Amino acid sequence: MSAERVPVRFYQVGSFAVGNRLVSADRRNAQSDPQRANSLTSGHRACAGCGEALGARYALDAATRVTNGQLVAVNATGCLEVFSTPYPETSWQLPWLHSLFANSPSVATGVAAGLRSLGKSEVRVVAQGGDGGTADIGMGALSGMFERNDDVLYICYDNEAYMNTGVQRSSATPGAARTATTDVVGEHPGNVFGTGKFVPAIAMAHEIPYVATASVADLFDLETKVERAMSMHGARYLHILVPCPLGWGSASSDTIRLSRLAEETGLFPVFEAENGELTGSRTIRHRVPVEEYLRLQRRFSHLFTREGEVKDVATVARIQAIADRNIRRYRLSEEVS
Amino acid sequence: MAAQHGDGTATQLRLHGRGGQGTVTAAELLAVAAFEDGLYAQAFPSFGSERMGAPVEAYCRVGSKPIRTREPVARPDVVIVQDPTLLGQVNLFGGLTSSGFVIVNASRPVQELDLDGLMGLIPLTNIVSVPATRIALEHVGRPTPNSALLGALSALTGLISPAGIIHALEHRFAPAIADANSRAVREAYDVVVAERGEVISAAAN
Amino acid sequence: MLQQIEGSRAVASAVALCRPNVVCAYPISPQTHIIEAIGAMVKAGELDAEFVNVDSEMAAMSVLIGASAVGARAYTATASQGLLYMMEAVYNVAGLGLPAVMTLANRALGAPINIWNDHSDAMSVRDAGWVQLFAETNQEAIDLHILAFSLAEELSVPVMVCVDGFILTHAIERVDVPEQTQVDRLLAPFEPRHVLDPHDPVSIGAMVGPDAFTEVRYLASIRLSRALDVLPPLAQRHSDELARSVPSLVSPYRLDDADVVVVAMGSVLGTIKDVIDEMRDDGHAIGALGVSCFRPFPKDQIRDALAGASRVVVVEKAFSLGYGGILATDIALVLSGRGIPIHTVIAGLGGRPVWAASLRTCFNEAVDATLSETTFLDLDEEVVAREVDRMAATRRSGPSAENVLRDLAERSRT
Repeated sequence: MSAERVPVRFYQVGSFAVGNRLVSADRRNAQSDPQRANSLTSGHRACAGCGEALGARYALDAATRVTNGQLVAVNATGCLEVFSTPYPETSWQLPWLHSLFANSPSVATGVAAGLRSLGKSEVRVVAQGGDGGTADIGMGALSGMFERNDDVLYICYDNEAYMNTGVQRSSATPGAARTATTDVVGEHPGNVFGTGKFVPAIAMAHEIPYVATASVADLFDLETKVERAMSMHGARYLHILVPCPLGWGSASSDTIRLSRLAEETGLFPVFEAENGELTGSRTIRHRVPVEEYLRLQRRFSHLFTREGEVKDVATVARIQAIADRNIRRYRLSEEVS
Repeated sequence: MAAQHGDGTATQLRLHGRGGQGTVTAAELLAVAAFEDGLYAQAFPSFGSERMGAPVEAYCRVGSKPIRTREPVARPDVVIVQDPTLLGQVNLFGGLTSSGFVIVNASRPVQELDLDGLMGLIPLTNIVSVPATRIALEHVGRPTPNSALLGALSALTGLISPAGIIHALEHRFAPAIADANSRAVREAYDVVVAERGEVISAAAN
Repeated sequence: MLQQIEGSRAVASAVALCRPNVVCAYPISPQTHIIEAIGAMVKAGELDAEFVNVDSEMAAMSVLIGASAVGARAYTATASQGLLYMMEAVYNVAGLGLPAVMTLANRALGAPINIWNDHSDAMSVRDAGWVQLFAETNQEAIDLHILAFSLAEELSVPVMVCVDGFILTHAIERVDVPEQTQVDRLLAPFEPRHVLDPHDPVSIGAMVGPDAFTEVRYLASIRLSRALDVLPPLAQRHSDELARSVPSLVSPYRLDDADVVVVAMGSVLGTIKDVIDEMRDDGHAIGALGVSCFRPFPKDQIRDALAGASRVVVVEKAFSLGYGGILATDIALVLSGRGIPIHTVIAGLGGRPVWAASLRTCFNEAVDATLSETTFLDLDEEVVAREVDRMAATRRSGPSAENVLRDLAERSRT
């Protein structure tokens, strides 16, 4: 974890608002500040319980705070773009540009290059997109931005499918998950198990200065990582897991809970890496079997009986194996780290 | 030879070489030399994606008024052959005008070259061979025949001046290299003047 | 200063004189020499710009979008497949109203892959919302690039300067490269119409639904069409400063009393003018009209220029498959109601040389009123007929490209 800001962990409570009251004012998170930027302000049209709206507000408010408001955001096409800017309304209180689906890393490169050429290097650039815009259609542009080490923080809000177009599979969709293009029919219902496309690992392979993952369940950690990222220059990548009640078939009130369960099962490893090397991991204190995470989501309901018992034992075991491998690979367990 | 024909059209040149020999560079140097002489010129390659060693062509037009046409050169007034191994392999002299000139980079005299199809087409006095590669090796230290061939062109046709070629070289190269190439220009110029003297006197006999 | 240089270097010099802030480079023939030359200038410190070697043409245009949106002057160059690859961003930059400038080193579109010149690439983006200017010579290529930056920033629209690939980009000819002081007088610092500025945050690129999309597109068309009013006085200002004629919307040539008028774009006009001079010497009343600005289309100026014509021949280096001439269609609409014959001559596809002799034949036929409505110049009709026969005779006749090349090879052997 970053040297600038020691992470605070409150395992006993579910609410970080409570947690904030336990720390000194200077260590409280940006969201608890009544003067917070509200970069993505209220009135937007996201679904109730949208993890992406939450993640974007947390991340951009933190980035705004650490850059003293000298920030420009570039947005890929997707839910975040659509729900935030139905013309002529906008929920963005920072300079914001949407161009296309596949090109936000390149547009951000242009913003950074333009600002530098105009002598405005103090203005920083964040690009953001969903998992489709990042892992699929924008992959080439993202890789190019990484490889050139352009001065851009790219944030991927990963809700594991194309939610904007009606929940179709992306290369970030987990195995067995039901989407509109991976129906629960046939011998292997839901999404196939591929080799996976975990963009943080791809980002690490580019050996860029900073790669981190975070979730909306761990606000303090997320903000710390944004601040850490903005303290550096060059290409940086932040991957935030953002549950989608619509696409996952989960209760709006379960968004934070699902984020935490994704972390505690090991299915979503939370870590940091610098220059291609793992530098820190969030160790799991209360390890949870994957079915506790899966059971809350209709996209995995075919794995369970009506009563909530595991029906497809083999598939759940397969998902558990993925979680176990993450725990080993990203040193998420205190025993192995 | 005048810079353009009686009807006002420019003198047209075609250069034949192999990929990597600087055929396009030769055409460019020729155009710049003409420019330095106060003439209008247009040089362009044969627009291929030829690889090293493959036969390539480049073109040049030189005239005393602006050149507008964008045709390739199909009826050349001058053909320059950078590489003697092209003789008999490629249609080098297609479309050559009856008063045209030919310059071949070769160490052997014209009479010993495989010039099938050329003999009788243009006067023997309009053909020269010049050991451009040998001259280049001597002065420049590399087998780049362009400068010597342009010196020969100057001597044979008077289309461009040796001073123009030397100016073009000075534009393109560092002083030491330009100077070495300039010596190659002058030697080739002298060789051709001498050779033409022999051919003309032999023809007179 | 007068120089004898390659067209690509001339374009690079002109772009550098415009002091771009950001230049993007993704290599594609025949555009490469332009970006190589600019890259060298940046590396040597002669040009103070950000030079970004991007990962694709899509990235190139996208970097331009980002740079332009923060108020930077941005430039790139492409051709052919590269233009198609960035197509989505080509429309996007126009829709966003950002004044990027791009050189299009005109080249054919595949398949079959072909690196040589024609205008298919430019025609494929005629509806994208860019100003499209066509250079006849490398001098015009220089002057049009400087004009392009002026026009783009004045109107907040992107401008594409079309320069014939290889024919101009690789031709070494005499050009007059302006002085920096002259270009500085012509091109004021870029003042964006909208800009991403933390002190005055705006959202650019929001979604527009059916309630306003028509109006927004209508306004975009008005903005683009303003080039028809703005360009002539702007070109005049450039002409005065540079002491030569900088092209504007159309370029008439020997149009006085011309019965037959040849309309064309780009470098082929040079060859056409030579042919017209010959035919004038032979007593034929023929002239030419160069279309320098293809989009927005200067309808009024073309209508006026062709007012005296009794027959029009449109020579174009592209065509709409399944239909015919593209420029010719636009010309026909402008002249609708006049009832004069309009001929299309498709020439120079994929680098096929456009011979003066072939043009002369066509123009003579036009004078004699025997020219067909559509002519594919120097089309090898025998080769085509044999392939048509092969396709009729065999279901699995194979790819036409290969068959035609094999046919040509066999014929050259016999």
